[in-house]
Amino acid sequence: MSAINLDHISTNQLLPEVQDAMIEAIKNSYANPSSQNSKGDEAAGVIEKSRESVARLINCKNTKQIAFTSSGTESINHAIKGVAFANSDKGKHIVTTNIEHAAANRSIKRLTQMGYKATSVEVDNKGRVNPDDIAKAITSETILVSVMHSNNEIGTIQPIEEIAKITKEKKVIFHSDAVDSVGIVPIDVLQLGVDLLSFASNPYYGPTGVGGLYIRRGISIWPIIDGGVQERNKRAGTENIIGIIGMGVAADLAKKNMDKRVAHLNNLKNLLISEFPNYVDEYCINGDPENGLPNLVSVAIKYIEGESIILMLDDEGYAVSTRSACAAGSLRASHVLMSIGLDHADAQGTLVITPGVENTKEEIIGFLKALKNVVKTLRDISPLYKK
Amino acid sequence: MIYSKTVMDHFKNPRNVGVIEGANGVGEVGNPLCGDMMTIYLKIEDDHIKDIKFQTFGCGSAIAVSSMLTEITMGKSIDEAKKITNKDVAKALEGLPKNKLHCSNLGADALQLAIKNYEDKKNGIIRPEPRREAEKHEHVDGKKCFCPYCDAEVKKTAVFCKACQSDLDEHH
Repeated sequence: MSAINLDHISTNQLLPEVQDAMIEAIKNSYANPSSQNSKGDEAAGVIEKSRESVARLINCKNTKQIAFTSSGTESINHAIKGVAFANSDKGKHIVTTNIEHAAANRSIKRLTQMGYKATSVEVDNKGRVNPDDIAKAITSETILVSVMHSNNEIGTIQPIEEIAKITKEKKVIFHSDAVDSVGIVPIDVLQLGVDLLSFASNPYYGPTGVGGLYIRRGISIWPIIDGGVQERNKRAGTENIIGIIGMGVAADLAKKNMDKRVAHLNNLKNLLISEFPNYVDEYCINGDPENGLPNLVSVAIKYIEGESIILMLDDEGYAVSTRSACAAGSLRASHVLMSIGLDHADAQGTLVITPGVENTKEEIIGFLKALKNVVKTLRDISPLYKK
Repeated sequence: MIYSKTVMDHFKNPRNVGVIEGANGVGEVGNPLCGDMMTIYLKIEDDHIKDIKFQTFGCGSAIAVSSMLTEITMGKSIDEAKKITNKDVAKALEGLPKNKLHCSNLGADALQLAIKNYEDKKNGIIRPEPRREAEKHEHVDGKKCFCPYCDAEVKKTAVFCKACQSDLDEHH
């Protein structure tokens, strides 16, 4: 059982304030926000309050441009498929990168089975896409560009502002998957210039099961869940009011504590990276040191495999992630790590270490000590390691 | 936890790890696509496996498979050892997750190669070094294509498996 969570990219504990608000919401037993009575109005008002909090977090000035969804994944599906369906009369070409999250990747792949075409632009060995390459990939048939804000495996942050200038000039809709950025680093949709932005509440200590999609006014998009008129006809289905309340409170806290959190996470990250060579040799840090998330360190440890490492670390009380094929269940080396030029064996030995606001410097050092032993044990078994 | 207690026991306390100096049979299998590689070292005397050791690069189940294999092989006659299959190893481990059966359950293959290596040496046959690269088309059986994850038949052009929705390589 892992006592210390360094896997915040997978799991976050709800902050006490978020828990309290959600428990209160459960006890309150809100009515259906669509009900035409005072109880319904009260519920609708609570949702709008959360929408304001979420809008503030990404500097969206008009709350009508925010739709609540069930997850970051749904938001991404909605953005990509919704734009593709609504604009198919203009063209059927989508431009993306080769390191997108599966939600984007597979949405686009699904569309290619329905007659759409996609161009996947390559990234450099730090995981950054060159905006010029995006510009070159855009054709007269292109209706959508989808580029993630930050990568969930290596933490690289993309030049979204520069890409937005290109899409604006070429009059192509631009979506950014910012699930691992919103609430973690400052995000300003106006400054970024995106048309659509996907996000979720759990990366910033809100509940799972609720996400959001920023849809700039005037963007032509279809719903992907049809039904009632909820979310201004953009997303049908009775609202997850308890989740939405939690998301709103978490957004307020993220906004209020942003600078403090980023500074703390950067301290932990810098400590982890600077101390690493004192505990483990023959490794490489993946990603872009200049443009990276403050809460993510991706490290390829040579000669050993990731799932074995996390199973042993779990026993020592530390939870981290791996991008090893064996652990992913997909039995395939991570497309992100292959795209930045890692070979199969190094991709297999990659750990994703994502500290959170509650972690301490002592925990980082404790983790490194545990990792040192695990690496030694597994290298002693490995046929690839020659002492 | 996706693994049985026996798998976790062999993963955490692997038996017979290491290299046998002066081994008279060595077998190596590898699958970089999934990432597992195993080397089996044998010391064969009087047609019996006197000692067996392994080295493995791979996931929890790959290490457990190697460890269990050495345990069930130790002391067996060559003829008995030749009958050991990957299925036997998985069974002794009280089962492996379905998606691990293809890739990490390679221990018996390595053992059979090691026995072959011993017999080749005995008969003076020299074979080229085995290649470490795995076959990329492992799930292609003749003219038909099969999903490597659920074994359902898939079209050659499919990007998803219709049965289990797994992503498929573009060229399969």
